[in-house]
Amino acid sequence: MFDPQRIRDDFPILQRQVHGKPLVYLDNAATSQKPRQVIQALSHYYEHTNANVHRGLHTLAEEATEQYEAARRKAARFISASGPDEIIFTRNTTEALNLVALSWGRANVRAGDEILISQMEHHSNVVPWQLLAREKGARLVYAEVGADGLLDLDAIERQIGERTRIVSLMHMSNVLGTINPVAEVAKLAHARGAVMVVDGAQSVPHLPVDVRDLDCDFLAFSSHKMLGPTGIGVLWGRRSLLEQMEPVLGGGEMIAQVLDDSSTWNDLPWKFEAGTPNIGDGIAFGSALDYLTELGMQAVREHERELTAYAMETLGALPEVTIYGPRDPAKRGGAVAFNYGSIHPHDVATVLDYEGIAVRAGQHCCQPLMRALDVSATVRASFYVYNTQAEIDALVGALGKVKEVFGDVAGRPV
Amino acid sequence: MSLDGLYREIILDHYQNPRNRGELGDANAASHGLNPLCGDEVDVFLKLEGDQIDTIGVTGRGCSISQATGSMMSESIKGHSVAEAREMAQAFKSMMTEGGSLEDRDEMADLEALQGVKQFPVRIKCTLLPWTTLTDALDRYAANGESR
Repeated sequence: MFDPQRIRDDFPILQRQVHGKPLVYLDNAATSQKPRQVIQALSHYYEHTNANVHRGLHTLAEEATEQYEAARRKAARFISASGPDEIIFTRNTTEALNLVALSWGRANVRAGDEILISQMEHHSNVVPWQLLAREKGARLVYAEVGADGLLDLDAIERQIGERTRIVSLMHMSNVLGTINPVAEVAKLAHARGAVMVVDGAQSVPHLPVDVRDLDCDFLAFSSHKMLGPTGIGVLWGRRSLLEQMEPVLGGGEMIAQVLDDSSTWNDLPWKFEAGTPNIGDGIAFGSALDYLTELGMQAVREHERELTAYAMETLGALPEVTIYGPRDPAKRGGAVAFNYGSIHPHDVATVLDYEGIAVRAGQHCCQPLMRALDVSATVRASFYVYNTQAEIDALVGALGKVKEVFGDVAGRPV
Repeated sequence: MSLDGLYREIILDHYQNPRNRGELGDANAASHGLNPLCGDEVDVFLKLEGDQIDTIGVTGRGCSISQATGSMMSESIKGHSVAEAREMAQAFKSMMTEGGSLEDRDEMADLEALQGVKQFPVRIKCTLLPWTTLTDALDRYAANGESR
């Protein structure tokens, strides 16, 4: 039974007060809070197990290796990968996307080729491709975002051409909340011989994600947005592609045999994991995956769909509020970007902070999207498993305080 | 620091009723300032008579702090010489980033209210944007003068 009140008891930080008010944490798309189980897994590792992995022959090293590799198996099960060897641990989503660009991209993209992304992408799914395109003389092509906050599948079909080598889209927008039809786009990409990369930073924490259903080639996501620690993320890749790919970083752990002039590579996934990995955070990430698995991702999705519908309704009822992104809660996740009259989002966020409410304000690492929406910035409230309708009521109430401070707020969003 | 300490009445007054607001048709110096990280924009237009800032116009869009600072700045530098305006820009920057003081500077009295912003480090750059835009306009004017 999904009970946010009981879930809240697992998160010590939610007991905190900010400016004398109970913390209302609505900045989950930036990073989530961590349950006691994850915090304890981290301290337990350092207090009882700490050792380097894959080399020692002593008890601690064996235990650390087993726990770290268990986390990899959990990550594989979480997204229905065909095996843990398809799970490459990285620092975060950004590093995972860069790995694809630097390894698969460098080997397969040539002058005149095209890379298709969209206007709503996070900078982490823009800049690695810009760098690759510049290096190779390739062209970066943008799928447009409609006024409804959706991508146009027909337009994307026309944009994927003979020269398209890579299509890379976010599964769920960190600003608009839009859930993109990545499985359909993957079909179109494959029909033209392109690979499909999915930025799952916002989807894997919030929706059931099964790479067999998406039928994509790469999926990137981060631990810290899904109850786990910072500093650990995942690149999932189709085994047949990963096997062909060259490593990006060289060093210990990623090699099989080192000769004077050359080396041979370790097996998947270690071929891509040079040096001592982030063992402690990886193990604690395993606990976060256990926690979410226990809740059930379908239940997580349902809870957030209800919260999002409630937020759209109550925020949308304020005449001063402009909400961006799809109206239909079935087509979006729990990231709700909005503006309040003509007041700059940074001013709104500062007033909300004094009411104990943590939201994000700014461009959300999405400058191309801000230009497409013709706004300089937005406020964003984003929800997770421990948020409640009462917290959305608190947000709506606190927006009244913005009016108190700034008086006349009428006008076009800045 | 309370919320009132940041959004002082004088700041909100300049935000809601900006002074010298608007473009200048006969400007002979201008600059566009942008803070790409928050999207704040300020445009400064100057009509200079020799070494004197005769008229100033300020437009832009952004947060209350950046826009109020632009208004306060316009009042304080109007009628002053280029050298005095540059010196005020220095004094203001010093107050925001180095613990300098604006005491005994009557023409900058309103700007002193922005001291509270120092408690909000990410917002300091909002107060500096109009001043860097002004300095850039003056630099352009000086460079034009040399080429004339």
